[in-house]
Amino acid sequence: MNVQVKPRSSVELTKADFVSDQTVRWCPGCGDYAILANIQKLMPELGIPKENIVFVSGIGCSSRFPYYMDTYGLHTLHGRAPAFATGLKVARPDLTVWLVTGDGDGLSIGGNQLLHMLRRNLDVNVLLFNNRIYGLTKGQYSPTSEQGKVTKSTPFGSPDMPLNPMLFALSAGATFIARTFDVDAKGMQGIFKEAVKHKGTSFVEIYQNCNIYNDGTFSPIYERAVREDRILQLKHGEPFIFGKNQNKGIRLNGLKPEVVDLENGFNRDELLRHNQYSSDSTLANLLSNFNYPEFPVPMGVLRQIKNSTYGEIIEKQIHTHLEKHGKGKLTDLLRGTHVWTN
Amino acid sequence: MSSVKAPLQKKSERPHSSFPETELDKASIRFAGDSGDGMQLTGTRFSSTSVLAGNDVISFPDYPAEIRAPAGTLAGISSFDLSFSSSEIYTTADSLEVLVAMNPAALKANIKDLEKGGILIVNSDSFAENDLRKAEYKKNPLESGELNDYRVVQIPITKLTLKAVEETGLSHRDGARCKNFFALGVVKWLFVRPLEQTQEWIQEKFKRPEIAKANELALQAGYNYAITVELFHARYHVPPAVLPSGDYRQITGSQALALGCVAASSRSGLNLLYASYPITPASDILHELAQYKNFGIKTIQAEDEIAAISSSIGSAFGGTLAVTGTSGPGFDLKSEAIGYAVMTELPLVVLNIQRGGPSTGLPTKSEQADLLAAMYGRHGEAPVPVLAAATPGDCFYMVLEAFRLALKYMTPVIVLSDGGLANASEPWKIPDEIQLPDLKPDFHTEQENFSPYQRNQQTLARNWAIPGTPGLEHRLGGLEKDSVTGEISYEPENHERMVFLRDEKIKRIKNDLPPLEIIGPEKNELLVVTWGSVYGPAFSAVEELQVQGHPVSMVHLRHLNPFQKNLAGILKNFEKVLVPEMNLGQLSRLLRAEFLVDTIPFAKVQGRPFLISEIRSRILELLAEK
Repeated sequence: MNVQVKPRSSVELTKADFVSDQTVRWCPGCGDYAILANIQKLMPELGIPKENIVFVSGIGCSSRFPYYMDTYGLHTLHGRAPAFATGLKVARPDLTVWLVTGDGDGLSIGGNQLLHMLRRNLDVNVLLFNNRIYGLTKGQYSPTSEQGKVTKSTPFGSPDMPLNPMLFALSAGATFIARTFDVDAKGMQGIFKEAVKHKGTSFVEIYQNCNIYNDGTFSPIYERAVREDRILQLKHGEPFIFGKNQNKGIRLNGLKPEVVDLENGFNRDELLRHNQYSSDSTLANLLSNFNYPEFPVPMGVLRQIKNSTYGEIIEKQIHTHLEKHGKGKLTDLLRGTHVWTN
Repeated sequence: MSSVKAPLQKKSERPHSSFPETELDKASIRFAGDSGDGMQLTGTRFSSTSVLAGNDVISFPDYPAEIRAPAGTLAGISSFDLSFSSSEIYTTADSLEVLVAMNPAALKANIKDLEKGGILIVNSDSFAENDLRKAEYKKNPLESGELNDYRVVQIPITKLTLKAVEETGLSHRDGARCKNFFALGVVKWLFVRPLEQTQEWIQEKFKRPEIAKANELALQAGYNYAITVELFHARYHVPPAVLPSGDYRQITGSQALALGCVAASSRSGLNLLYASYPITPASDILHELAQYKNFGIKTIQAEDEIAAISSSIGSAFGGTLAVTGTSGPGFDLKSEAIGYAVMTELPLVVLNIQRGGPSTGLPTKSEQADLLAAMYGRHGEAPVPVLAAATPGDCFYMVLEAFRLALKYMTPVIVLSDGGLANASEPWKIPDEIQLPDLKPDFHTEQENFSPYQRNQQTLARNWAIPGTPGLEHRLGGLEKDSVTGEISYEPENHERMVFLRDEKIKRIKNDLPPLEIIGPEKNELLVVTWGSVYGPAFSAVEELQVQGHPVSMVHLRHLNPFQKNLAGILKNFEKVLVPEMNLGQLSRLLRAEFLVDTIPFAKVQGRPFLISEIRSRILELLAEK
């Protein structure tokens, strides 16, 4: 390629390099601002040339994200970002691809596309902004909204049971499943860094507050006053302990997890211990099912396993075939196996 | 047993051969049987032989939609038509000289296409009461006299095949499966074709030695039976055709589409991504391309039609050639994404191998009723160039042309083919690589004043800057763009400007197309206008009528949008314009709208091609009207 410009060393990049010239149009107070700021802060630290980064999104408030990043970006169709990302990543394995979606885009119309991308373990970083509502279209319920949610389209309450993004990803065979939330800058940074390091689909659910159409939906979970009691911070190898005074734990009673008081000399060896890397999905399954109010909501990396990626296998097949047969000759292919001359 | 009517059309007889041989200009034969009877294989083998013997051959397989309908029923009939000739032919003939019917159902479904006096070869072993009932025959047609107009040759094919393959020790069921080779042996003798090529093919194809041996034995047994038992009064010899000199191979439409993609990749220097979802009759394109891993071709079997086209577009964004293929139902699903490619102005080729519709329709039957869908099946003003292949071999050239336009004008391009073309085969003059168009793209790398929506002033195509190019970071999306900066814009005048721009860009392709050729005089009484596979039967009819002195000319369109510039002038020079189509008049409607010409539509929507005679009759009817 005939490059007319001096290549820039990634050492020179700063957060400002990743801020596009577009005025950000999310509503003031939207949780998306914090996520954007943290991603922009992270980019220079990755040591990846700016031109090799692509943000792909679907449709929704979440999906306006690429316009605010000064990288290559593709704002695609509602629910279809995973498919666009698949084509892009297969065609250009050299690129670092991020996928931004929401609870509507990713789990409603896009459920099928997301499912298959996760199943294929495409090497992309997925950020799913879960605000439990349809923001862009002004307030209808989403697949993650609580049953009975009253919205413009469900004035008598939504009839459906919500989908659990962590369980969904786990069932799809996702190799990296994590959750964080929009007001936890440090938490987000940590998760994003781990996501980037992981080879395969890194699926990150971000609890995000839509202050216009579903304000405070996660307050019972992450409001400062109650946060420590309602959230289980996951750390590999550490027992499941939570609470302001670190006085509650989780153990297995037969096959059922239960919350226990750690006062009065409770034997901490009985507690479940986090194993982020377990090849067995049972623990991740249990964690995915921890819902408020019965359990603290897990934040952190629920699961991280190694598996070959879709792109890897495709490249390997090509490589093997090339080694065996050499570069194909068009003339030979056109002639086929049986030629006659007139 | 039956009275023999006039023998097959003959040109000369060879007095000195040990068996009377009649020379024919061309012949048509159909192999018909149960889906499990191997009729496709038999037909393909005979087709191959004919091609090697130098005939021009057109073949047309006819599959049922079910994989295996109940044996012996009318729903399960699979057949293979082929016409072979000592001159150029463009379509299978309207009627058959020979029909091979392996069971009563095959006979019932196909007898009407056999010429009076034609040869009917039946497997008499499969005409038991049970078989007759399944085919809804009240009386045995072999005894009722209803076949008196034909030369019926009854052969106990099953019994004879089992006897022939006895020595291999195969089970009754496996042995009986070789009866298609027996039938092939008989027909090969009838048409003076040697067995060697098929014998070689059998050895290559069947890995289990006892199966290969059995098939060979059956083939030889059929051939010998035909000699020994004096089933026929003569053998028929169709001499080699004089085709333009060069190297040839057989090709189906599916193969041609796949090869076109590989050629495009080679001529552009870019990798190619083909993403599709299996659908009859387009799946074979994916099967072909999936094998070419050392040609810079990547394939994805996507989870659904929408994912397929989305993946292709994603790959185009990345700077590769991008193509997706489907049929009617999938084409509907891709509408939104095609519109997205129009808005983002990314190069993309969409192949629609049309089949009987609407909805699930007739998956294995041919139709051409998606033209208006290709033209208008998107919300908003979303113009897309539309091309259509005329023959199986032409599919190769239409794919190349599609990529040429897609890359030069930064637009999706739709190529229409149909199920008939996909599966039919014909001899194809192998092109010289260096004569294929140069498709190298012009990736933008200049950073100075870069905007992704800056345009080439001649073509109106926008800059193509791909990820990985330093300093040209930009975002594409489906929202309307500012015509200068490329950023999202809701501004009213800008939107109008962009709508006109996108429209004008496609219109300018007109300046880039070769003039349309007229077959026959430029000014005449009647013009036949065709598109797609109607080319074959229409050309055959028109050519014949021209030789007889009728005032008819023909144009065949491969560019449906935009039309070639000289089409307007051409249409004015004819009193009547006939448009035969396998739909209710879609091209007819387009021509009327654009040229204000009172076209005469001629619809056939039976899931099978026009007969030459149907078009001929209609032309003569119109010429007779004053």
